[in-house]
Amino acid sequence: MKRAGSLRAAALSPRDVLRLGGHGLRARPLRVVLSALGIAIGIAAMASVVGISTSSRARLDRQLDALGTNLLTAGPGSTLFGDPAKLPEDAVAMVGRIGAVESVSAIGSVGDARVYRSDRIPVAQSGGIGTYAALINLPETAGATVGAGTWLNDATARYPAVVVGARAADRLGIGEPGPERQIWLGGRWFTVIGILDPVPLAPELDMGALIGWPAAQHYLGFDGRPTTIYTRIHPNQVEAVRALLARTANPAQPNEVDVSRPSDALAARAAVDVAFTGLLLGIGAVALLVGGIGVANTMVISVLERRAEIGLRRALGATRGQIRIQFLAESLLLSTLGTGAGLLLGSGVTAVYASVRGWPTVMPAWFVGGAVATALLIGALAGLYPAVRAARLAPTEALATT
Amino acid sequence: MTHRTETIVTLQGVGRKYPGGVVALRDVDLDIARGELVAIVGPSGSGKSTLLHVIGTLDRPSAGRVVIDGFDVARLSDNELSALRAGRIGFVFQLFHLAPGLPVIDNVADGLLYTGVALPERRRRAVRALERVGMGHRLTHRPHELSGGEKQRTAIARAVVGEPALLLADEPTGALDRGTGESLMRLLTDLHKGGTSIVVITHDPDVAAHLSRQVSMLDGRVVGDRTAP
Repeated sequence: MKRAGSLRAAALSPRDVLRLGGHGLRARPLRVVLSALGIAIGIAAMASVVGISTSSRARLDRQLDALGTNLLTAGPGSTLFGDPAKLPEDAVAMVGRIGAVESVSAIGSVGDARVYRSDRIPVAQSGGIGTYAALINLPETAGATVGAGTWLNDATARYPAVVVGARAADRLGIGEPGPERQIWLGGRWFTVIGILDPVPLAPELDMGALIGWPAAQHYLGFDGRPTTIYTRIHPNQVEAVRALLARTANPAQPNEVDVSRPSDALAARAAVDVAFTGLLLGIGAVALLVGGIGVANTMVISVLERRAEIGLRRALGATRGQIRIQFLAESLLLSTLGTGAGLLLGSGVTAVYASVRGWPTVMPAWFVGGAVATALLIGALAGLYPAVRAARLAPTEALATT
Repeated sequence: MTHRTETIVTLQGVGRKYPGGVVALRDVDLDIARGELVAIVGPSGSGKSTLLHVIGTLDRPSAGRVVIDGFDVARLSDNELSALRAGRIGFVFQLFHLAPGLPVIDNVADGLLYTGVALPERRRRAVRALERVGMGHRLTHRPHELSGGEKQRTAIARAVVGEPALLLADEPTGALDRGTGESLMRLLTDLHKGGTSIVVITHDPDVAAHLSRQVSMLDGRVVGDRTAP
């Protein structure tokens, strides 16, 4: 009698396993497309949500990089009794003496000077535009750029010249600055010499009319006390300076100084979208789950239909394990196919959306990795039960079905 | 190499009872020598398909002893039986069981899939097997492009591609017309002359008449065993 030890089932090579899985799929292309579609839709939905929110985040980061996150502003808060506070006259100079401060500038509100398109406008229709005395170095420090015309210089800062913010220019109906373009400001004519671009980090300037510090004192009786101080800090020292700023700007009443970091406000606005993104991701996950059930369904039916094939393969010498791995490979291939299509689709949606908005297109690597891992998990889960059933089928039973 | 035994198939007191009380085989004793060409004849329900499954190790007997090519089936695990089938037994089925959409050459090459032979070598041997059964001109055709006789020749090529010690054919001519069936039986006879032990199951006495030994079955028992002179 021969010993059983001389019989050993040969292992299938990985390539053969892949071929087997592929054959099963190629025999029923329509069904493969439909059940892969379920997974593709789920992955595509999640990919576009993640891609679009990441791209939007990348755009914000890029914007913050350009604007700089090292701008701190110090403004007067309110006194203990709730009245509006003011900063001391020498606050700018004091802040400038902090070591880590790279530049410092300020505006001072000239509260009673209202701005009109002309002297014919009724006094009540002031349009909400504020008049500010501005230091010459304001644009560099606050990150403002001049859209048309020029900024104030040492000369124009002493004369009735004004630079208006972007929204204020709209409100006043000023398209172009020029020597003939004058506005009625605080009871006299000021010449508009420039219009600012929108200033993301200092939106208060958008609705302002900015005049030189000496001009404000000379023509409008400005008291010379700043209302908002803008400082650029060495990037590593922002938090340290932030703690010092109130005490430095107003040593007598540090509690009356409001210090803020405008870039934080921009970032916070973007963070509001996160909750919404989470919700959409959840919907995508449900679609993916339904897709996974579709794959499981396809595999169960496939096993039922292919009993004869299973019987034949057992007759050709396939072990239970080899039958199991064949169906598992098929299921994994199916879900990987769906995931691949979903990633392509989702990246496409993201790319189109981002390019329409002028954002950079970003598909995070963690998501791609996660999607592939999910595909394998879904494929394994969906294929496991059918594969085990296929392997358990007795060869004679499988062959008897024809 | 394992040593060769005189008999390729030995059945001693083999019975097969299905759950539910149906008895398909009762106390069957049968020896098939190496190189024999045997027909197992009987009406449907006589147990001949069950006998073929037991000989092919697709089914285990509920009683008795089965020895195939020197291996006692009762002592082998499921995986070892699979290896036995992969290397030593070839099957031909009435309905061919070819994979649709797969070229003839790959259908035949899959006969070696579970033997550990690499794909290029499987294809080389498949070509040889197809030439042996007169299908050398049909390598790249797909099963639906073949006639019934050609499909069965392909299935036979798949069964013999691994050069098994034992070829089992279950009603190989059952789905074919008379003339095609005749030429197929001639092919099996030729393969037998090449040294393969062949067991053919049939309900058709005319088919059985081609073969040198005829084992008759009725109600799960062997009722006759004739060897032509």
